[in-house]
Amino acid sequence: MAVRLPVVVRGGKELLCSRFLQLRSVSVDLNNDTPLLIDIPDALCERDKVKFTIHTKTTLNSFQKPDFSVSRQHEDFIWLHDTLVETEDYAGLIIPPVPPKPDFESPREKMHKLGEGEATMTKEEYTKMKQELEAEYLAVFKKTVQVHEIFLQRLSSHPAFSKDRNFQIFLEYDQDLSVRRKNAKEMFGGFFKNMVKSADEVLISGVKEVDEFFEQEKTFLLDYFGKIKDATAKAEKMTRSHKSMLLACTVTTPKIAELLEKLRKLEARVASDQELKLTELFRYYMRDIQAAKDLLYRRARALADYENSNKALDKARLKSKDVGQAEEHQQQCLQKFDKLSESGKKELTSFKARRVVAFRKNLIEMAELEIKHAKSNMSLLHACIEQLQSN
Amino acid sequence: PPSCLPAEDISTNSNGPKQEILLDDDQEDLFAEATEEVSLDSPEREPILSDGPSPAITPVTPTVIITPRAEASMFDRSLDEDEDTEENGDTFDMQITVSDPEKVGGFGCTSLNLFSRNEFSVKRRFSDFLGLHSKLASKYMHIGYIVPPAPEKSIVGMTKVKVGKEDLSSAEFVEKRRSALQRYLTRTVTHPALLKDPDVIQFLENTELPRAVSTQALSGAGILRMVNKAAEAVNKMTIKMNESDAWFEEKQQQFENLDIQLRKLHASVESLVCHRKELSVNTASFAKSAAMLGNSEDHTALSRALSQLAEVEEKIDQLHQEQAYADFYLFSELLGDYVRLIAAVKGVFDQRMKTWSKWQDAQLLLQRKREAETKLQYANKPDKLQQAKDEIKEWETKVQQGERDFEQISKNIRQEVGRFEKQRVKDFKVVIIKYLESLVHTQQQLIKYWEAFLPEAKAIA
Repeated sequence: MAVRLPVVVRGGKELLCSRFLQLRSVSVDLNNDTPLLIDIPDALCERDKVKFTIHTKTTLNSFQKPDFSVSRQHEDFIWLHDTLVETEDYAGLIIPPVPPKPDFESPREKMHKLGEGEATMTKEEYTKMKQELEAEYLAVFKKTVQVHEIFLQRLSSHPAFSKDRNFQIFLEYDQDLSVRRKNAKEMFGGFFKNMVKSADEVLISGVKEVDEFFEQEKTFLLDYFGKIKDATAKAEKMTRSHKSMLLACTVTTPKIAELLEKLRKLEARVASDQELKLTELFRYYMRDIQAAKDLLYRRARALADYENSNKALDKARLKSKDVGQAEEHQQQCLQKFDKLSESGKKELTSFKARRVVAFRKNLIEMAELEIKHAKSNMSLLHACIEQLQSN
Repeated sequence: PPSCLPAEDISTNSNGPKQEILLDDDQEDLFAEATEEVSLDSPEREPILSDGPSPAITPVTPTVIITPRAEASMFDRSLDEDEDTEENGDTFDMQITVSDPEKVGGFGCTSLNLFSRNEFSVKRRFSDFLGLHSKLASKYMHIGYIVPPAPEKSIVGMTKVKVGKEDLSSAEFVEKRRSALQRYLTRTVTHPALLKDPDVIQFLENTELPRAVSTQALSGAGILRMVNKAAEAVNKMTIKMNESDAWFEEKQQQFENLDIQLRKLHASVESLVCHRKELSVNTASFAKSAAMLGNSEDHTALSRALSQLAEVEEKIDQLHQEQAYADFYLFSELLGDYVRLIAAVKGVFDQRMKTWSKWQDAQLLLQRKREAETKLQYANKPDKLQQAKDEIKEWETKVQQGERDFEQISKNIRQEVGRFEKQRVKDFKVVIIKYLESLVHTQQQLIKYWEAFLPEAKAIA
């Protein structure tokens, strides 16, 4: 993976003006099982904005070209997600969680400090801090690219979403999406999104459940969400203190310093990998479970609507007024509810499978990385001990 | 748990020779009553540390008796007076172990066989150690010996960093002090001159150390030292020594640099210890959370794996704690010791300057006496003239003495510095290797834990 890193302009002025290039060694063959392949091969960081290069390879005829790239910002992802959420047809599906905003706050602060403190530092200190800074930028970058990529890949591998018109526009439209974004905001105002967020848990737990499957899912998801939220927070705290420990012990005395520095760098990589594999995993699934809960909410609302429509029908029959209308409404509600239940069941089942697979993959990779790092740590340490003893 | 420490803890600061030992506050200092058992063994020499960090204070069993070298008992030993010979630490066969600190309310002593064996134990209070150092400093510093500084009274590290969740728990404090006292004594007895010193011998052997002497006589001396300290500070500003010997200037500069480096390193390590303890807390917290997540998980194999993960993280937390311990005891304490030792070295250089200054003053005064005598030659005051002549003789002697003193202290310092540097390299090497080995151990454990976890993760189907 080749990376070019930001240049700190002398005088402390914060100018991020280089490209971060991430060349992934992903070479996947296109076959009929994967008609739509998406990856984010590189990203550019300009001031506050990150621009992702979205690269698509496809065999589908609905696209104009088989292989093409566009540049997208984080806000475009939000727009795409929101349009999916607002789409009635997708009410019975788990909408993949929107990727979080790229957060360069921490390295940006450090860079600022570096610029300010440049005069008072020794050359070695400066170089070392600069290296650390670059490593941190790289880590944040990796994370944000990964999470944006996964979002798109979830969509491309889903039978319904992959055919979504807006998704196609997102992938293909070679112009800026900012106009569409603005229009969308004016149209929906995000009200539906807000509605979903508020009081969903109350509604979900309040509704009387007739279906065993959903009853179990509901109980499980509510509980699991709480636990994974807690685990995420604790994992984040752990990772943070691991990193700050390593930053705190910058050593500048020669001889011992070299050795400790090497050890520190190795351990920093351990912390970073742990974060990618473990903390990010938990974070992602916390959001995904929230998306699953959102699905449960929509179904619960549909159930509530259905129950209300029954009551309205009874009332209409009593009054012998607008019975036909009420019957039709009741039927619609029932259909909607059934549709949501059916697709909801499918979605939740495949969600579980997906979750298990992802956990397995990440836990294995994390364990393997830990072992790898520990082994290289050990050989470094042994080499040092030998050297010292022979002197 | 110790809740009160004398407010006047400023008695110890990190400047070795200027370290005041005010024993007046013994009564208030709870730890003045803490006794340490000192036992002597031979021949294996373990210069700085007892083996392996063991945080638990275990009830004492006297250290193993090892038969001494056949040549001489250590107290009959007379070291070669010719100080030019290489100081060979390998011929030195004494081991000091400080163990089993207990708090006794009074003068609890056990009667022990002394000379009949080569191993014996005595009980000493913390204040006794301070008293010993005080005596040695007053006897030897002014002739250029680097007297190892006594451990600090203050619990808090030099950078005033409070360590983690355990904070100032009793066990931790006691162990820290015990270890420091052991290092202090070992350094003291590895000094060839100090080993022969009667105060040292008395300290190691006597069942009872006279307490009265400690408190009264020394507090007087303590006050005197405080006064001198102020005077010294003034003097330092005005003495501008004509350094004829570049070696001293070089060395002083080296020690200055070393001092700065060590302090920085010490601060880094203390910070590291702090952070590692915090990491340990967070890891334990995460482990609990992961366990709960595992319980909540309905996929059986994944649930098991998550529980396993929680266990691994708990073990890793343990590792962090042990590592923090190693960071601290191996590294941090050594660095602290050396920062204080370097202060002692600097003090000795200062003494040399003072000695030179005294010599110069004597010369000046002699000059004046001579001038006065010359004047009196023409004044026809015979008794005054005689007095003047007598005074000249007196000051001639003083000048000679001053010169001798200066040469002696310069010579001593050269030797001391040579010995110190060798010892320093050795000490650091030993400790660094031990530290690296502790790191190796941690990595080995990590590999073990994750390799055990991997199949569990793979078993998720």
